Amino acid sequence: MYDRILVGTRKGAFLVEKSNGRWTPKLSGHAGAGVNFIARDPHSGVLWAALGHGHWGAKLSRSSDNGKAWSDAAQIKYPEGARYLGTPEPSEDDQDAASPENVTLKAATVLKLWTIAFGQAGRIYVGTIPGGLFVSDDGGERFELNLPLWNHESRGGNLFDGDGTGVTHWYGTPASEGGEFAPGIHSILVDPRNHDRVLVAVSTAGVLETTDGGKSWRSRNEGMLMDYLPNPSAEWGHDPHSIALCPGQPDHVWQQNHCGVFYSTDGAATWRKVSSADQGAHFGFAVAVDADDGKAAWVVPGKADMARMAIDGGLFVARTRDGGGTWEQLREGLPQENAYDVVYRHALDISGDRLAFGSTTGNLYVSENRGESWQSVANNLPPIYSVRFG
Amino acid sequence: MAKVELTRHLYTFFPDLEGKVLVVEASTVAEVVREMEKIAPGFAFYVCDEIGRLRRHVNIFVEEERIADRKRLTDRLEPDSRVFIMQALSGG
Repeated sequence: MYDRILVGTRKGAFLVEKSNGRWTPKLSGHAGAGVNFIARDPHSGVLWAALGHGHWGAKLSRSSDNGKAWSDAAQIKYPEGARYLGTPEPSEDDQDAASPENVTLKAATVLKLWTIAFGQAGRIYVGTIPGGLFVSDDGGERFELNLPLWNHESRGGNLFDGDGTGVTHWYGTPASEGGEFAPGIHSILVDPRNHDRVLVAVSTAGVLETTDGGKSWRSRNEGMLMDYLPNPSAEWGHDPHSIALCPGQPDHVWQQNHCGVFYSTDGAATWRKVSSADQGAHFGFAVAVDADDGKAAWVVPGKADMARMAIDGGLFVARTRDGGGTWEQLREGLPQENAYDVVYRHALDISGDRLAFGSTTGNLYVSENRGESWQSVANNLPPIYSVRFG
Repeated sequence: MAKVELTRHLYTFFPDLEGKVLVVEASTVAEVVREMEKIAPGFAFYVCDEIGRLRRHVNIFVEEERIADRKRLTDRLEPDSRVFIMQALSGG
């Protein structure tokens, strides 16, 4: 169980450490810059941060001394000639934004570094907008775009050598630094049993899996339901907000989706909707799974969809211990009046019996007992983008 | 030779440049960025994206004129032009 929480915020990187029974936040670096994600490489101990500078673009930063000093890492760039089929932001003028005449070929440049994950020693993954999975096999000295996923048939095929099929099933999210509408990879899960097996989740396309170390990819969206489309069970177009797996039972995978909470017990081959709006678990962004028990998961629900804030002004965490059959609302220690916290997709994490989450209103909460009760650790941080133990 | 002046914000990322007189051999703005990259590796990717376009919230002025070509930075310089690399004011 980690005694340190890495917190990425809109205005800097914070480290929150526990000593003498007390959690204390400290600004670690990048003051004033957006920090979308911070994570610790479990093999090297290096801290990695995905930055979004307002003026100077997306930058990858690293610290080899536990956050005392940060420096620019090898920068992530799309290779020359990388293009993607872009769909315009939906508007009243575009009834069908994804129709072929509205799809345009765009030159790919980094619009956001969104998430970081680690595989075997030396392997680091970074997920980006527009829909790039960048991979390093030398501990982050050099990153390369995974081309089989970039050239996947679901997004129009190989656009380096021609114009492809002209059809993409990867739609957009406005989550890029400048609000530009483009697909984004926000979740990367490496199977601890087999590092060649990786799941990624894309807003807005769905979940994809490789079992051969990234040489080929297939959709993993069977059973998913999109209640905002004419065909709710279409293969593509899903809006996973985040996915997480159980390290001790890696076939147990959870997904907090725009349309509910989904659960898979067969490694994402098939999904089942397990959320219950009546029990307060439905819309949200983040999901955490127990390290050993794949049936136990936590979400921080928000009022869907037009509001996206704590339900009825009272903040709670919803927990299931039976694979989503039933949900408990855990409220002890959390504000129950005038609370309008939103918890983003990377802002909930678990380490042993300990959980932590942070909100866009700059509040950070920690539970030492699997969510039964919570303590407020900070209240005036900048809007929180990511919370990771490490 | 062009004289290059930077917004103070860039010194945060390139502290070695602070206090230096930056004079580079360049006849276009693109060449200024290329020369600055030699002096301060990584500089070009702060100012431009990976296909060489000026970032949306960055401005470059030659003397008092904002450059016209933000895609390829082909604006020409006089022999002793001053080039200012600034943050764009794009918010409240």
